[in-house]
Amino acid sequence: MHPMALSQTHFHLTGFPLLFVLLIGGMALPFLLMGIAQIVQFKSPTALKYTTYESGMPTFGDAHIQFDVKFYLYALLFILFDIETAFLFPWAITFDSLGVRGLVIMYLFVDILLLGVIYAWRKGALRWQ
Amino acid sequence: MPFQIPQWFVWLHHKLGVDIFNEASQVLMLFIWGVVLFVLIAIVAKSAVVFMVLMERKVLAWVTQRKGPNRVGPFGLLQTVADGVKLLFKEDIMTPGQDKFLFTLAPALFIFPVFVLFAFIPFTDYFTALDMPVGALLIFALSSISMLGIVLAGWASNNKYSLIGGMRSAAQAISYEIPLILSVLTVVLFTGSMRLTDIVTAQQTPLGPLGWYWFYLTPLPFLVFTIAAIAEVNRIPFDLPEAESELVSGYNTEYSGMKFAMFFLAEYAALFVMCALSVVFFFGGYNCPLAGVTMPWGTLIDSTYINTPVIQSAQGLISAGVWLEQQIKLPGVAFLLDQLEKISWTVLKIYVLIFMAMWLRGTLPRLKPDQLMGFSWKFLMPIALLNLFLVGLQKFWAYPNDTMPDLIASVTGNWGYLVVWAVLLVGGVGGFSIWMSHNLQEKLKARFVR
Repeated sequence: MHPMALSQTHFHLTGFPLLFVLLIGGMALPFLLMGIAQIVQFKSPTALKYTTYESGMPTFGDAHIQFDVKFYLYALLFILFDIETAFLFPWAITFDSLGVRGLVIMYLFVDILLLGVIYAWRKGALRWQ
Repeated sequence: MPFQIPQWFVWLHHKLGVDIFNEASQVLMLFIWGVVLFVLIAIVAKSAVVFMVLMERKVLAWVTQRKGPNRVGPFGLLQTVADGVKLLFKEDIMTPGQDKFLFTLAPALFIFPVFVLFAFIPFTDYFTALDMPVGALLIFALSSISMLGIVLAGWASNNKYSLIGGMRSAAQAISYEIPLILSVLTVVLFTGSMRLTDIVTAQQTPLGPLGWYWFYLTPLPFLVFTIAAIAEVNRIPFDLPEAESELVSGYNTEYSGMKFAMFFLAEYAALFVMCALSVVFFFGGYNCPLAGVTMPWGTLIDSTYINTPVIQSAQGLISAGVWLEQQIKLPGVAFLLDQLEKISWTVLKIYVLIFMAMWLRGTLPRLKPDQLMGFSWKFLMPIALLNLFLVGLQKFWAYPNDTMPDLIASVTGNWGYLVVWAVLLVGGVGGFSIWMSHNLQEKLKARFVR
């Protein structure tokens, strides 16, 4: 069997419109649940209950502080490779018609990105201080 | 495999007075089926999670030689239901410093992609709610939305533990998403399709379980996928975002009541979805694990392998379902039996994988953050890329086309590369264990903790 021979006809009801309906429903459901919980829950407020829980220590300062730069370095590398995978998916689908040439060319592209990771690695960007 | 609209489906719409081949009435039916589907997904997801939570507590209890929950209901079966009811009635606490809008939005953002992902799971070839031509890509596009919920939860909580948990979770999720997608890409590359039912059908070979991609594409993509998937759903070797020994409970420290329940629900639902995806990509989905053996109602009735000798010998069995149908005078019995069998295989395989994940949780200790990040970027990602290349070569070997002479395949046949993989695997595992047995810790330290 050749995988490309797997062509099927599919029913029209499935697909993007249904996904759209599901996305709306999926977003509505949590709010529905939280709304129900708001109605049925018991409330007995005390002052101590509405303080931030930090293991019993009194909280000092605001939690919205500056972050370490290491998080952003990972995010940069991630964006690089996420876009690469977005390119790789169509390549994988058309792999048969591209042949060996397609494989080699795509790996030249991937290697350029890999060089970037190796550079980041040697510079210590992947080190978690 | 000729894909047909099931007879009962046409019959149902005929009774409802809807012409399903009309474009305008399809729009109407779309919304009705969307709502029906959504209710179904909500029920399936919730009951799966309720069972999984109990199962996790029981499995962890067995691992640590305890009994686990056994008071509420027979064998503690109603424990999770009781917990759910308790969480519904618990007070929803919000401290003054929190961003009220984002604090409420975060659980919703976390849970809704997981719910939608349930629709993508192909339980059988017919009962696949969303069988999209770009399924594999959409799944990862959707599942990465969950990460936003965690980061928002951490930030909106106004709690330092939550914040660190959220940031760690984001860093971990983006690091492990690359190997995850790359390992799935090998499957997509070999199948030539992103449609999940196509991927399952392509694993329908006379080899049985050995023809499934966990072995057929070498175990590498499967191992990479498993590790990355466990990291994606924040389970125990990689559960740094909610490490209770250092960050009280991570990003959900400040959450209580229904909002906490939603985080809890979504985590287990995500584990279910990840195991289901693993089954689809690497364990043959709804295929029967017995090679060439067919259930009386005929799993392989519409297989592309119908002409291979192994399957032909089972043709007599296939007709049994049709015979039954004629005897009972009820159309669709063979179809229903076939679908029931496929659903059973899917669910069974999913729960076996879930059990493995729980076993891992009971066995392994937690990693350190530096080990975690290094492992993804310096080990899993290069391996996944290398493997993608190898699978590309393997595809030329298995299915030679105009651009590649079928010289090797003509000599060895399609079994040839399986033999080569076996030799490589034995050599690789042997070599790796010899290499590991020499001062293991120093080598690992020198490699990953730079």
